[in-house]
Amino acid sequence: MSPLEIVILLPILAALAVWLGAPARATSIIATSFCLGVLTLLCVQYHGSTGAELRYTHSIAVLENPAISFAVGADGVSLLLGLLTALVAFAAVWQISPEKPGIYHIASLLIAAGAFGAFLCTDVFFLYAFHELALIPTLLMIALHGHGDDEHRKAVAWKTTVYLGAGSLILLAGLAWLVLEYSGGEKLTFDLTALKAQAATTPLPAAKQASIAFVLLLGFGTLVSLFPLHSWAAPAYASAPTPVAMLHSGVLKKFGLYGLFRIALPLLPQGFQAPWVHQALLFMLLGNILVMGFVTIHQKRLDDVLASSSVMHMGYIFLGLAAGTEIALRGAVLLMFAHGVSIALLFALAGRLRSQLGTLELAKLGGLGAHAPVFTVLFAFGAFASIGLPGLANFAGEVMIFIGSFTQFGTDSFGPLQWTVVLALWGVVMSAVYMLRAYRSIFQGSASTGLFMTDPAIAQRVPMILLAAVLLVAGCCPWLLLGLLKTDLASVTEAASTAVHGAAKAAAGATH
Amino acid sequence: MPEPESTSASLPTMLLLLPLLSALVILLAHRVLKGASVIISLLSATVCFLISLMLLGTKDATPVLLPFLEVGKFKVAIDAIIDQQSRGMMFIVTSIGFFVHLFSVGYMKEDESRERFFGALSLFMFSMTGIVLAGNLVMMFIFWELVGLSSYLLIGHWFEKASAAEASKKAFLTNRIGDFGFMIGILMLFMANHGDVSFAGLKESFAMGPVHDAVKIHPTFFLIAALGIFMGAVGKSAQFPLHVWLPDAMEGPTPVSALIHAATMVAAGVYMLVRCAFVIEASPDASMTIAWIGGGTALMAALIATQQNDIKRVLAYSTLSQLGYMVMAVGLVALQAGGHHDTAAPGHPAMFHLYTHAFFKAMLFLGSGAVIYACHHEQDIWKMGGLARHMPVTFVTFLIGTASLMGVPFITSGFWSKEAILGVAFEVKGGSPLFWIGVATALLTSFYMTRMFVIAFLGKPRTDSAHHATEAPMVMILPLVLLAVLTLISPWGWAAKMLQAMKPDHAETHSTVMIASIAALLIGSGLGFILYRGKNSDPLASKGLFKVFANKFYFDELYAVLVKVLQDGVAWLVNGLERIFVDGIVARLPAFAARRIGSAARVLTGGHLQGYTFLLGAGLLLVIYLAIFVLPQMGH
Repeated sequence: MSPLEIVILLPILAALAVWLGAPARATSIIATSFCLGVLTLLCVQYHGSTGAELRYTHSIAVLENPAISFAVGADGVSLLLGLLTALVAFAAVWQISPEKPGIYHIASLLIAAGAFGAFLCTDVFFLYAFHELALIPTLLMIALHGHGDDEHRKAVAWKTTVYLGAGSLILLAGLAWLVLEYSGGEKLTFDLTALKAQAATTPLPAAKQASIAFVLLLGFGTLVSLFPLHSWAAPAYASAPTPVAMLHSGVLKKFGLYGLFRIALPLLPQGFQAPWVHQALLFMLLGNILVMGFVTIHQKRLDDVLASSSVMHMGYIFLGLAAGTEIALRGAVLLMFAHGVSIALLFALAGRLRSQLGTLELAKLGGLGAHAPVFTVLFAFGAFASIGLPGLANFAGEVMIFIGSFTQFGTDSFGPLQWTVVLALWGVVMSAVYMLRAYRSIFQGSASTGLFMTDPAIAQRVPMILLAAVLLVAGCCPWLLLGLLKTDLASVTEAASTAVHGAAKAAAGATH
Repeated sequence: MPEPESTSASLPTMLLLLPLLSALVILLAHRVLKGASVIISLLSATVCFLISLMLLGTKDATPVLLPFLEVGKFKVAIDAIIDQQSRGMMFIVTSIGFFVHLFSVGYMKEDESRERFFGALSLFMFSMTGIVLAGNLVMMFIFWELVGLSSYLLIGHWFEKASAAEASKKAFLTNRIGDFGFMIGILMLFMANHGDVSFAGLKESFAMGPVHDAVKIHPTFFLIAALGIFMGAVGKSAQFPLHVWLPDAMEGPTPVSALIHAATMVAAGVYMLVRCAFVIEASPDASMTIAWIGGGTALMAALIATQQNDIKRVLAYSTLSQLGYMVMAVGLVALQAGGHHDTAAPGHPAMFHLYTHAFFKAMLFLGSGAVIYACHHEQDIWKMGGLARHMPVTFVTFLIGTASLMGVPFITSGFWSKEAILGVAFEVKGGSPLFWIGVATALLTSFYMTRMFVIAFLGKPRTDSAHHATEAPMVMILPLVLLAVLTLISPWGWAAKMLQAMKPDHAETHSTVMIASIAALLIGSGLGFILYRGKNSDPLASKGLFKVFANKFYFDELYAVLVKVLQDGVAWLVNGLERIFVDGIVARLPAFAARRIGSAARVLTGGHLQGYTFLLGAGLLLVIYLAIFVLPQMGH
């Protein structure tokens, strides 16, 4: 048995135990902290490893034909995302206040289990199925325990369900198409390694790759709120109960990016090489950054600001995937991790604000810095991390994505990708505008409305301090995380970087 | 034989670690430490100052302290470039840092959250040290932003005051706009030099490497790269059009204004430009633009300073104006060097002026701090008057600072550094309009400094608080006196050795330049003295043009409109469009489908939303089943 299987199954068992009547808080904290411990150990053990093969593999065959097996295995990328899941899950269950019903814990545990499964399985079928498993409690929790009145809550839950359902179906269609095409009319397999081998020996025709890649981009993209398929995300996060908002925006959303990185890029290298796919992606991610940047500036409530900003920041990770160079891809993975930690911290803090003050309207808040200095510092960590301040986690990822897009110098050095980066950089200014505005109106000035709160008690600070500390350590020592990413990106890199240059050249050719 | 890495790395490592540790310890434990925080911060500043003195005797080196990012060939390290420039700058930063720490012990004694203040001050020392030591552009950028953060924290120290909160936000955001350009410049240089962004590597590449040839093929590329780098300096050194944050930054405690917003951080832009001089030299168009932006800022800020009544605002605009001088010098020297810069040339007129200005401007700010402290936080010069008698030491040091800023010939350091800049403007082909702008700025400088000095220190006290003002305590006077001594002796003695590193080699004096600047001094201060002696209000205040100066050319109003229209307006518009199109049209299709499915589902589940969701989950599983188990079978 692989330690990864334990990590996937433990939260499910814990959820079951809570459902059967075990003490909810203790059970879920023990389960998530155990997962956190295991994954930390695995990361430490894996650190610096340069071999390309997957580690901690184990496989249980489920079906002969089509070949489906419950197969787990990990490399640095999946371990890092697993670590993110464990961190956020631990923080999310810890910050659930004791008077909440057990379903909060059950849902959080199930979402965590689904995310673990999605990141650690190497069989496309299970990878997909685990993500679906995590979606169901997410949607249910928004519907049952979301913020806002009944009407609003249900409307949001419904919209989210429809979007994610549709996205999942498109994704499923794309995956099925992919698997069928690679079967060559013979035995079907869902095993990623086998599929990769097939992609290397008998690649699909370029045009077909492009079509499948686009379908996958739409499917995965919807799950990651890629513009213009994003409009579910902001209301969903704003109304989701705090642990669900933390887990979905911080962790589960990364599944779409992980899928593109893990399945689409290596299996369809020429698909992303196609200029129309590449440029469509650049347009869409600019939509995330610029359109959502402006939309975020316009928001008047903290939860809306955070939710929209989370949609916006996905654009940067897409940019890293679109650039596809060795540096940019590593940057994208780092940013997935960093964004997950920072947004989870911010949602946890926003949740506390809401429960203490009853409102998140920026105009009604003010001067909290004087009353709750610890809370303020923690919020500052999250806010400054999310706007990419050096010394906190997100900076290294962002700067690597930008730099990784500027690696070719020559007569055609300023192609669509580089222009996209220049425009995307303006987003960094916009992030600072909305984050500092929010910070200014919540914590600075004076509390004219008389709404004030005190610092959380020591025990309640644990998850927030943990997340803030991770932001600081990862920000000051990005090489700790990069040590997990020494391998494996090469195959993706090779394919994708040729894709980029092909696209850039084609575009340059088109303009001449 | 090269010095072993370990010894050359130990001093810069300590310079970075000490203030960082001090900041962290204070941040984490200030509630336990209380007053000890002040001692920790002061101690760290003292030791840093001593280390910077030790650094003066070391050899040039660039030891790597810490690998930060490494992917394949791409490496960004935290390193420490030790050369004449960084040693000199480090001396400025740590010495003034030390004096300001000392001064703050007195100035912030009553402040409730002085621990937070000293913590942020240590954070600033850490960030600034990083900028000085940075051996590559990415490290420069990292500390560049951290300096922005500590400046944000310190301007907003009294964050409960709305004006301070707004000022800190404005400073950070304006700097972010500059950093936007800086980052583009870094990316372009990264691209051009195949991933090497170290100053040494870039410099070599510009001199004879791959970039040397590329510059001739793609002049526009390198023009934009140079202007991008310059944009970073425009933000940090508050040049037109991003100058608006610096006067507002005076909302911070006065010691902060002295250290950060007069002597060190705002000078970082100039320091960085001198580090990147080879990039600017490669593009004459960029050099010209930089020189004109600097000259324009110098003149504009001096004009505004003539009509400011807040003692700190006058000094702030004076700082803007002097930074403009330095930036102008950067552009002019680059123009003069024109691509064949002598790498062995030791000094740079911009760095020379940076050095002299840092000391006398820090002293002027600390002096104004002593005045404000004595007058119970009164900053309006029209409510002061006659302070010379009540505060003799402050009076004398302020006089020395004023004389240096005005450039009293031969005896003040400010005179020589200003001469060097005007000299370059005079020599460079096409520099004569800038030369006259420089002279006009010098005249205005003498005018507004005389005006302020006469109003605040001479005549009779205009208010009670000015009447009862007493000399500041010893801990505040001491730094003033030390800075005055440094200002006075800097052209001579052992301090001249320091200067040597900064002073341009060819100190050729032109008689035209000297006559013009002495005339400017005499006319400016003469006018100021005649106009303001014994006055109780400003005789110029009501005159049309002076109103424009008093209102800072209405830049704040203009930018407020721009922000309203270009940012908030566009945000409103985009938000609306997003609602209509994305939510309206893109979401229409699934919503339509959803209603269809929904009405079917309502029949099945009685309208409960959980029902929908379960149904959807079940539906998904069904689809998975169909797609995987049934469809393939059908294919066979």
